[in-house]
Amino acid sequence: MVKLLSTEQMAEFANSGCLFFDGLIDNETNKEFLNDIGHTDIENVDNMQKYFQNIKASSSIPRIPAGTPLKNAYPNKSPLEKIFQNEVVAGAINSLVGSEAVVDHQFLHLTFPTKYFKKTNQRQMSQVNHQDSTIDPRITFDIQLFYFPTDVTKEMGGTRYHPGTHLRIVNEMGIAKYQNIKGQKNIVCKAGTIGIFHNGLWHGAGVNFSDEIRYMFKVRLQPTEKQELLWDPEKKYKPLPNKALYWTDENQEKTVNDILMKSYPWQEADTNRLDKINTIKFWRMLTGHKNLDIDYWLTRIENELY
Amino acid sequence: MPKRQKVLVLYLKFPSLEAEVISWATFDGTGQKLHMTGDSDEPPYPTGLDALLDGWRLFQSSQAIPEHPGEEFRTSYLKHEFFFEKIEEGDF
Repeated sequence: MVKLLSTEQMAEFANSGCLFFDGLIDNETNKEFLNDIGHTDIENVDNMQKYFQNIKASSSIPRIPAGTPLKNAYPNKSPLEKIFQNEVVAGAINSLVGSEAVVDHQFLHLTFPTKYFKKTNQRQMSQVNHQDSTIDPRITFDIQLFYFPTDVTKEMGGTRYHPGTHLRIVNEMGIAKYQNIKGQKNIVCKAGTIGIFHNGLWHGAGVNFSDEIRYMFKVRLQPTEKQELLWDPEKKYKPLPNKALYWTDENQEKTVNDILMKSYPWQEADTNRLDKINTIKFWRMLTGHKNLDIDYWLTRIENELY
Repeated sequence: MPKRQKVLVLYLKFPSLEAEVISWATFDGTGQKLHMTGDSDEPPYPTGLDALLDGWRLFQSSQAIPEHPGEEFRTSYLKHEFFFEKIEEGDF
């Protein structure tokens, strides 16, 4: 049995573009993964490319043709198969992209520590902010699943990301000029943490100021079916009725709509309202309720009488 | 004395210099500091006006471009962009 996401988790994903499962994968599997890729101390690494090539040559991470069904992608009993069979991981994938998702691509990201750059006399720079792949105006979305096999401390420069940016349509590194964005976050997590990003989420790798190599294994998954109520096969979700706006009652209980309408400090005053409208449209798609609204944002502008 | 340009780019919450800074980038032509992505979580100034008060000279700002018909709800890049400079003299 897999553990499908809750409606609240889906709302969190719809609003922020990401979900995290801290320390989800057990230490034994994390060690197995690290052993499989031949993890070693940075003192033993003279050349980043050679280290990377060795991992590609000797690990059990297979070459996966783009479009391969996820369920056929990884060797039996390999650490990655165990990770994808974890009931929470499988449930999150099924909830977001369905049980017949296919692999777009995978990659093992390595971020080397400062001492490597000093030793090799190279400038150590962070990765610029970007949105993966290319400009993508689809309603359909892919997910990128991140697996962190070791602890990631603040010094290790874990993936920087910008919650709530996933529905902005930009062209890959077209956002590289934004060096810093208010509310930016860096992943700091325990070994075995799984992160899931909407394919549109703005992000970039940080600088690793620790003494350890940082690893992040990433798989991009694409759905082959409509992403409607995949987390709620019994279709229990019902939109909430309208509530009073601005002139409101005190002490209202928080609802799933409050999760969906959360704002972020980087949003402009004007475009923040469009971000909310696009989140409502996204939630309409995810729930299948084509006329659903929150806080009257869409009803107001859809009331066209001419 | 040689002169070098320092550039500060501020993205503001709305298109007026009194607005709050929501994103920022600094490029230091003097070579004294190497700025890079993700290097600070707090903006250098609370508003665009505070940058002017500290001696930065505004040399470009984004224009107001009406949304294309049919694309009014499409969101994309940060909108309210202001470029500032300082010219520094020194023995670079």
